[in-house]
Amino acid sequence: MSVMTVQSLTLKIDGKDVSCQAGQTILEVAREHDIEIPTLCWLDGLTLWGGCRLCVVEVAGSPKLFAACGTACAEGMEVTTNSERLQKYRKTIVEMLFSERNHVCAVCVSNGHCELQSMAQKLGVNHVHLPYRYPKLTVDSSNDRFRLDHNRCILCTRCVRVCGEIEGAHTKDVKGRGINSQIINDLDQPWGESETCTGCAKCVHVCPTGALTERGTAVAEMNKKRQFLPYLTLMRENDK
Amino acid sequence: MSTATKPTVATVWLDGCSGCHMSFLDMDERILILANAVDVVYSPVVDPKEFPASVDITIIEGAVSSVEDAHKAELIRARSKFVISLGDCAVTGNVPAMRNPYSPKELFERAYVENATEPADANARRMKLPVVGVPALRPHATPVHEVIKVDLFVPGCPPPADAIWFVLTELLAGRVPDPSALTRFGK
Ligand code: SF4
Ligand code: SF4
Repeated sequence: MSVMTVQSLTLKIDGKDVSCQAGQTILEVAREHDIEIPTLCWLDGLTLWGGCRLCVVEVAGSPKLFAACGTACAEGMEVTTNSERLQKYRKTIVEMLFSERNHVCAVCVSNGHCELQSMAQKLGVNHVHLPYRYPKLTVDSSNDRFRLDHNRCILCTRCVRVCGEIEGAHTKDVKGRGINSQIINDLDQPWGESETCTGCAKCVHVCPTGALTERGTAVAEMNKKRQFLPYLTLMRENDK
Repeated sequence: MSTATKPTVATVWLDGCSGCHMSFLDMDERILILANAVDVVYSPVVDPKEFPASVDITIIEGAVSSVEDAHKAELIRARSKFVISLGDCAVTGNVPAMRNPYSPKELFERAYVENATEPADANARRMKLPVVGVPALRPHATPVHEVIKVDLFVPGCPPPADAIWFVLTELLAGRVPDPSALTRFGK
């Protein structure tokens, strides 16, 4: 067994001196030190996506904002995870997610168990300044057990990643671009006709919102169970 | 006690289910404390039919769905010092706004023609579309703040009585409350 020397770095997060190993991201190190940075597309155990931008932070010396999930720590870095400017951007991101599709929490199966909803509450989003778009979107109920409601999807791609990376089926993917992107099954077929879907339900349980749900759930009944993910990730680590 | 010295409160019911008003009334004995502290000058639960010339705090339940709702909202804004959007319909559009991906024409066709069975002839059903005495629908049912300036947002479907009590007592104490610990979208 060869001995690897890992370079260690020191940096400041919110004025606090912290040390970490080279290659670690700002998000990882902040969480190790109980510094909270909000995220939606990030999920421990899946690869990095960097799509939601809720985890933006400031780094001293740069006018740009950095996504904490995808930015490696550097020696001497001074990171600010919470400022008025960051709060404003984060609130706007959440507002855009609400205005982009049709979220009606009161009649949503995920009401009370939804990460978008609780993020809004946590960040103080109590209304949406932007005009709502009210797109005409479909609900795919062709699968006997699960449902895909595009009205509630925030395009975090957690479902795509868990399906490809953990289940190894790669049933789910994204079609289209930008605001017109949509989650698809296989080659944009009805989910019920998918030949690759194993029916494992992993996508349903990693989905942060009411976009992917079990059929037969009524308002507020869809409680996601996500324990499998840290467990499977740990098993894989042990296999290495 | 003279009513002249008490702050005046109005509550208005636009396109909502009245659940927010129910929740307001559901604050148990605290309603008596409020009844002593404020003068309810206009509301579905009191008699006056005309919105008063000047009101200190106006609480709006419901989305702005019809042309009449929009007129009411504008009148309320002009005559109120402080306007609260109470509940998800007022704050987000909520259930009334679920029609928004469709045009009013498509909606009417769905409700009065496609989903109706009487009379047998579809054109005869189309003729039954109510047009007299009902306000015209706006293309979209919108949150109140898309039509008028709103001073405070209290989401929830309905917002719990505790949130309404908190908001009103804080306002009466001269503070602008943040009810986000007590309520949220869909609460
Ligand atoms: S997915 Fe979440 S935010 Fe969207 S309607 Fe459902 S509960 Fe509300
Ligand atoms: S369906 Fe759910 S998990 Fe998949 S992209 Fe949409 S919100 Fe994310």
